[in-house]
Amino acid sequence: MKGNEAIGEGAVRAGCRYFFGYPITPQSELTHYLAKRLPEVGRLYMQAESEVASINMVYGASGAGARVMTSSSGPGISLMQEGLSYLAGAQLPCVVVNMMRGGPGLGNIAPSQADYFQATKGGGHGDYHLIVLAPNSVQELVDIMKKAFDLADRYRNPVMVMADGIMAQMMEPVELDDQYQIEIQPKPWAATGKVDHEGKNLINSCYVIPEEMESLNFILRDKYSEINKNEQVCEEYQLDGADIVLVAFGTASRICRAVVEKARAQGIPVGMIRPISLWPFPADFIGTAANRVKCFLSVEMNMGQMVEDVRLSVCGKAPVYHYGRFGGMVPTVRDVLEEVKKIYSGGAGQ
Amino acid sequence: MQGKADKYLLKERLPHIWCPGCGNGIVLSAMVRAFDKLGCDQDSTVIVSGIGCSSRAAGYLDFNTLHTTHGRALAFATGIKLARPELMIFVLMGDGDSTAIGGNHLIHAARRNIDLNIIIFNNHIYGMTGGQCSPMTPQEHLATTAPYRNFDRPFDIAGLVQAAGATYVARSTTYHAALLTKLIKAGAEHKGFSVIEAISACPVSHGRRNKLGGGYEMLMWQKENAVPVEKARTMTPEEIKGKFIIGELHKSEAPEFTDMYGQLIEKAQREHGGE
Repeated sequence: MKGNEAIGEGAVRAGCRYFFGYPITPQSELTHYLAKRLPEVGRLYMQAESEVASINMVYGASGAGARVMTSSSGPGISLMQEGLSYLAGAQLPCVVVNMMRGGPGLGNIAPSQADYFQATKGGGHGDYHLIVLAPNSVQELVDIMKKAFDLADRYRNPVMVMADGIMAQMMEPVELDDQYQIEIQPKPWAATGKVDHEGKNLINSCYVIPEEMESLNFILRDKYSEINKNEQVCEEYQLDGADIVLVAFGTASRICRAVVEKARAQGIPVGMIRPISLWPFPADFIGTAANRVKCFLSVEMNMGQMVEDVRLSVCGKAPVYHYGRFGGMVPTVRDVLEEVKKIYSGGAGQ
Repeated sequence: MQGKADKYLLKERLPHIWCPGCGNGIVLSAMVRAFDKLGCDQDSTVIVSGIGCSSRAAGYLDFNTLHTTHGRALAFATGIKLARPELMIFVLMGDGDSTAIGGNHLIHAARRNIDLNIIIFNNHIYGMTGGQCSPMTPQEHLATTAPYRNFDRPFDIAGLVQAAGATYVARSTTYHAALLTKLIKAGAEHKGFSVIEAISACPVSHGRRNKLGGGYEMLMWQKENAVPVEKARTMTPEEIKGKFIIGELHKSEAPEFTDMYGQLIEKAQREHGGE
């Protein structure tokens, strides 16, 4: 399946009932897929008049208790930031897919990882976090959609799935479960009429009195620290005996896997940590790894964003370097390997 | 055309990126002819475009141009006009650009009657992103996001902007290119918010999926279904049904926004002192 289609099928199998979106490259095939597929299973696809409308339609459907999603790419995701802040403030679950492209501004439609800050550090206004997941294969795109919807419901929080134009267009074989009956837990907080609960439910993020706002902030803070404790996920690759550890997610991690193999073949002890959850960032695992390696190289398709989280995780225990290509350019195995060799000969090998 | 093309087109940017059979080049050439007839001065004219196939046109024109965000070219153009009211401004937008994401900006710019000249390339589809429905896609048509056929009712752009306050509204097609040139010129000469809807064809993303033929057949469709406004006046609603009207659809006089603001400043200074 194509990456975009895999996300669509993953969403259908995760029990997504509603999709609201607006055309933008490189996620178009996802909307084409769902426009056809969702009505087949009795669910709804709608093209909104803008991304601003899409995200607020998501808010509405989520407030009514449904599994709902939207998708876009950088410029459209920027337009959704107001809505994401409101969704986080009202504690509404939903899934947002960002197929990142080169920026800033209109940029281009080539693959990029430049929206890392926007996704993991807020993007919208106010004190909040999204849960951010970054798969790196078409199979993982399918599987992560189920996880994304489950996390969203469990924590009543928006979840973003981040990939890029390469993963959107890439075709790989995919195994789909034959059985996919989803059991969705009841949502007694939802605006579904006064059937399942007593009194009236209010979906809201407006607290005029600061004390009341702060008490919501406390609830959110406790929730985020719970998520941070429970949901850090990463994959390690050839960390045994590694002096240099590459840290990369998504497309960059596929390149780094090849770099690790090539470097090892040349006798350079390189390993890789691949964050799968970008928020919460796998700080605990990286922090522990920092006790036994010589240095880290954060490889990203941006000017250096995740590298800041790697530094915070490493906490001064080892040097942390960055290598990036930007603006829709993709690093090559050779270029990253050169960078690894440069670091290795510069001291990491001694 | 050669002399006009030399003057107003950036030849080093050609050939353009539009697909074979696309009508956008015809709209662009109608614009160039209108610029020539207007005697447009490149130092006092600005072209603003949004995002989409149509908005590439700004990139081929040898003027100072702004290529802006999707749907919001009119907000940028409003900023330019307020900063430099003496400039002549053309705003190029597509149908999805102007009526979906930019719908709100469109009606408010019309309401202000600010002196901007809008050319909407209406090809009934999102071409650049791969043939999704736009608010101008006809009912019962197929699109990549309407695999079971579109049931949404399209906008009437002309009716919409007229109701919102536009003081010059016209429509032509890429088949009626001479009329299109004439209307673009008349719209530019009109003081106030003018909208020219240019019905264009997208054989690749719209025509092919709906078996409307290639560029030629789609031009012929425009020829056969367009009714000149003078003739439409003599026809019954039943006779016009399924067709569309071309020509000057609405023209009225109303105070223009930058003029009104100039008067406001004079008043404020008169009543409350100057600097």
